Amino acid sequence: MTDLTDLGVAAIRDGFRAGDFSAREVADAFNASVTAGRKLNAFLVETPEHAIEAAEAADRGRATGELRALSGVPLGIKDLFCTAGYQTTAASHILEGFTPTYESTVTAKLFGAGAGMLGKLNMDQFAMGSSNETSAYGHVLSPWRRNDGGNAPLAPGGSSGGSSSAIAARLAPGATGTDTGGSIRQPAAFTGISGIKPTYGRCSRWGVVAFASSLDQAGPMARDVRDCAILLEAMSGFDPKDSTSLDLPVPQWEAGLSSDLKGKRVGIPKEYRVEGMPAEIEALWESGIRFMKDAGAEIVEVSLPHTKYALPTYYIIAPAEASSNLARYDGVRYGVRELPEGASLADMYAATRSAGFGAEVKRRILIGTYVLSAGFYDAYYTKAQKVRALIARDFERAWEACDLLLTPTAPSAAFALGEKVADPLSMYLNDVFTVPASLAGLPAMSVPGGLDATGLPLGLQIIGRPLDEQGVLNAGLAIEERAGFTARAEKWW
Amino acid sequence: MSSYRIQGATGEWEVVIGLEVHAQIATRAKLFSGASTEFGAEPNTQVSLIDAAMPGMLPVPNGECVRQAVRTGMALGAQINRWSRFDRKNYFYADLPQGYQISQLYHPIVGEGSLLIDADEKAGIAEPKTVGIERIHIEQDAGKLMHDQHPTRSYVDLNRSGVALMEIVSKPDMRSPAEAGAYVRKLRSILRYVGSCDGNMEQGSMRADVNVSVRKPGEPFGTRCEIKNVNSVRFVQAAIEYEATRQVDVIESGGTIVQETRLFDPDKIETRSLRSKEDAHDYRYFPDPDLLPLELSEEFVAECEASLPELPDAKRARYEGPLGLSAYAASVITADVETARWFEALLAATGKPEAEVAKAASNWLTSDLFGALNRLGKSIGESPVTPAQGAELLGLVADGTLSGTLAKQVFEIMIETGDDPAKIVEERGLKQTSDTGAIEAAIAQVMAANADKVADYRGGKDKLFGFFVGQTMKAMGGKANPAVVNELLKKALA
Amino acid sequence: MSVDANTVRKIASLARIAISDREIEAMVPELNNILGWIEQLGEVDTDGVAPLAAVIPNHLRLRDDVVTDGDDRDGVLKNAPQAELGFFAVPKVIE
Ligand SMILES: [Mg+2]
Ligand SMILES: [Zn+2]
Repeated sequence: MTDLTDLGVAAIRDGFRAGDFSAREVADAFNASVTAGRKLNAFLVETPEHAIEAAEAADRGRATGELRALSGVPLGIKDLFCTAGYQTTAASHILEGFTPTYESTVTAKLFGAGAGMLGKLNMDQFAMGSSNETSAYGHVLSPWRRNDGGNAPLAPGGSSGGSSSAIAARLAPGATGTDTGGSIRQPAAFTGISGIKPTYGRCSRWGVVAFASSLDQAGPMARDVRDCAILLEAMSGFDPKDSTSLDLPVPQWEAGLSSDLKGKRVGIPKEYRVEGMPAEIEALWESGIRFMKDAGAEIVEVSLPHTKYALPTYYIIAPAEASSNLARYDGVRYGVRELPEGASLADMYAATRSAGFGAEVKRRILIGTYVLSAGFYDAYYTKAQKVRALIARDFERAWEACDLLLTPTAPSAAFALGEKVADPLSMYLNDVFTVPASLAGLPAMSVPGGLDATGLPLGLQIIGRPLDEQGVLNAGLAIEERAGFTARAEKWW
Repeated sequence: MSSYRIQGATGEWEVVIGLEVHAQIATRAKLFSGASTEFGAEPNTQVSLIDAAMPGMLPVPNGECVRQAVRTGMALGAQINRWSRFDRKNYFYADLPQGYQISQLYHPIVGEGSLLIDADEKAGIAEPKTVGIERIHIEQDAGKLMHDQHPTRSYVDLNRSGVALMEIVSKPDMRSPAEAGAYVRKLRSILRYVGSCDGNMEQGSMRADVNVSVRKPGEPFGTRCEIKNVNSVRFVQAAIEYEATRQVDVIESGGTIVQETRLFDPDKIETRSLRSKEDAHDYRYFPDPDLLPLELSEEFVAECEASLPELPDAKRARYEGPLGLSAYAASVITADVETARWFEALLAATGKPEAEVAKAASNWLTSDLFGALNRLGKSIGESPVTPAQGAELLGLVADGTLSGTLAKQVFEIMIETGDDPAKIVEERGLKQTSDTGAIEAAIAQVMAANADKVADYRGGKDKLFGFFVGQTMKAMGGKANPAVVNELLKKALA
Repeated sequence: MSVDANTVRKIASLARIAISDREIEAMVPELNNILGWIEQLGEVDTDGVAPLAAVIPNHLRLRDDVVTDGDDRDGVLKNAPQAELGFFAVPKVIE
């Protein structure tokens, strides 16, 4: 029998239904893989009992003919999702020991569909970071290594770096991620897997630790496009508890998968040809264009004139919202409390937040506090929301000329850990291609497109119109079928 | 015009007052969560995960709060903003779990309107006065901090956290403590008519932030101080008196007024600087990204409009006009919605045209019923007599069954027993009689027993007529129809 | 606009984050670097542009006025660092 951890979500689901193996066998195999993969530091909390319980329920269900969408499938859950009875920290010291009494809507949907949880996945603290180095519990390692003989530990991307590493290393067949400015797509690209951020409002934010409310979206990460479609279908849907949730039925994305792009116009935004783009990334993009043409699409050049301003806009809006969203971490109702001798309430707040938040979180809170402070609000925040409106308008105009956009996901392959931490700005620039779609709330996906010269995966990004996840998934499938991406990280852990 | 002036060493000063009234919107559930708003529960038992600002919790607005704010705006003749938005006011305090209050700064739901305060000679308000309303916005209440349970700790109760408030902001149009008092009373009256707030100041359903400044008459506004959370009309007036005098003293002794937040101490009747919140004045307001703009549909607004009751000013005009009540009675009866409702139920229960019975009904209500309730220390809502019983009593007087005196007797028994007047009259034989035979017999008896007085009367001592009426009534056990007694006596004594 | 040590101290205090002088020193150039980069937005002509209000067209739904939540004091206090007599406890606040 094949190693069960080599199977993806669809293969597990179908094999389980066909009776090729039991759900319990699958859970055991992945639980063992999680244990064996501890060197990667992908999991903050391991929950083998949760996976086993769900598996046993699935096995009993199969015996009585009760099969659910994800019966038999174990998943990793990013630690940003509140999970009832399991510690949820957003990889921050300030939430250490916090055990929610409630289940996030997204995890409740997944578990309700029969999935089990392998554990809580490490991440950049409060989802702020692109390399997983801001976690309070140590960074995650990418399972990938350069083929240049060097053993430089590489970043799995961020913030959903535990998710990307775990999937790439076969510790989980799929996982949840969240994406505020690229946190699903960039780590997917860095680790040779797929991930989709749906339209803002598709997945409920209820029970997801907030970073930047107007940008945060949950989405799935998995080994291929079909697996993403299956998981997204289970995660999505209207939630009356989230005021920004879209009251729309969930399309049958898996059933709708088709890599035939005849009649589709794929736009190539000229402003994404940024200065100093590595030749390898250019070449990746060119092959993506060939794949699209081969699948029957028409290629058109489009212009998104405000692209250049997307990152600075993001670095006003996201920290502003975060500075307010993170005000609740004050040591009163949950998490860590620092109470120096004789401290007043204000002292307790300051000490708790100083000790509890990591450096990057503090940096962003300070930026956010500054841009909202008296006298600066209009110059920064209002201005940014206006530019954001222009960025959204750029996309609307592009949709007159095309149905989808194709871009690279990130400006480079995975960088080495420690390479960018000293310079926050250079880290921020890593999200240059993913942030615009986040600002406009558009569905966007990364799929592996090839390898760089050192044998590291590179991702291609597809951006779609609002609500056109199907179009995005289909184009992703067309790339997947043509890229023939079969590389995987050699096991060293 | 009001002529309230503070006599300072350098001359007369005028006081300028604006009020921000926080009124709890009368709803079952909180503004952004499904937890109850019931008063007086055990600590932290009416707290949802949203109110406690647990990670990942999100607000969903209660439509009734929006509806009541809109109806209140309409009752104040205010601009209703079809597009408004919630903003976050950011500051840290132990009673504020989110670290921000969801409020409306940039685009409030209600814009400019006005409120008419009534003339009140006794209070020095010579004529009715219009006070401008600046805006009304919806916001969350904070939790409660208890300081006296532990020597080194304060305790936090989040039951009030997230309860819906309307902040009703006036223009700085008031010029005396009496005007401010009248404004709060009138506002409270309107809120209770609309049903958007129960107006219960003791339970904290209404609190006022009082902005006070002083100036020499005719000069520009002075620097103002804001006195926070004053919770009765009496205290609002006392706080203004104290604060205005304090400001005059400061200025006249060469000082300047600093714009600041002050606290009213109801025990000492003074205001004190509230330095603890001084440094938190940068609230970093921005639109709440968890909530979309609040857009009101035409149907929603139309429903709010259609559901508005007749308001106190209109009702008062109708009572004075078509119903023919005295200005006094009209004002007393319309001041509180419960009284007005009781009165109208009374009129309806008489089954007669309103204009025909209104006067007698208002007289009875404002003298007999109010008198009894006063004695019992009860509100009209707790009246032991129902409007239907009151109407029945008035009917018995109108059809001559009861004399005024008998009616008072019957009413006292109604108050005591809660019985219907007809039953009381029947059981106790309190019916007034117009039986001429019986009255004539009684008159004959009285005249026989007082032959000397009959002679005196006939001899010109007209004043004795009252004596014969009294004696006859006494002989009749108080139940004779006085008009019939008069008529027959006149005949018999002629 | 650029920030100095005093401004950073003030922002940190507004954000209730204790910060040492050494940290402030490091933070000043870092924040100025980021803020300087952010300020390129000044180049964009936004005259007559309304700030974005909703990312994806959607309307704010209103809840019915029904009590559906609460009555779970244990759950609310469960994670509290210090809870006593049914309350959250904090250092004494002098008002
Ligand atoms: Mg105020
Ligand atoms: Zn207020």
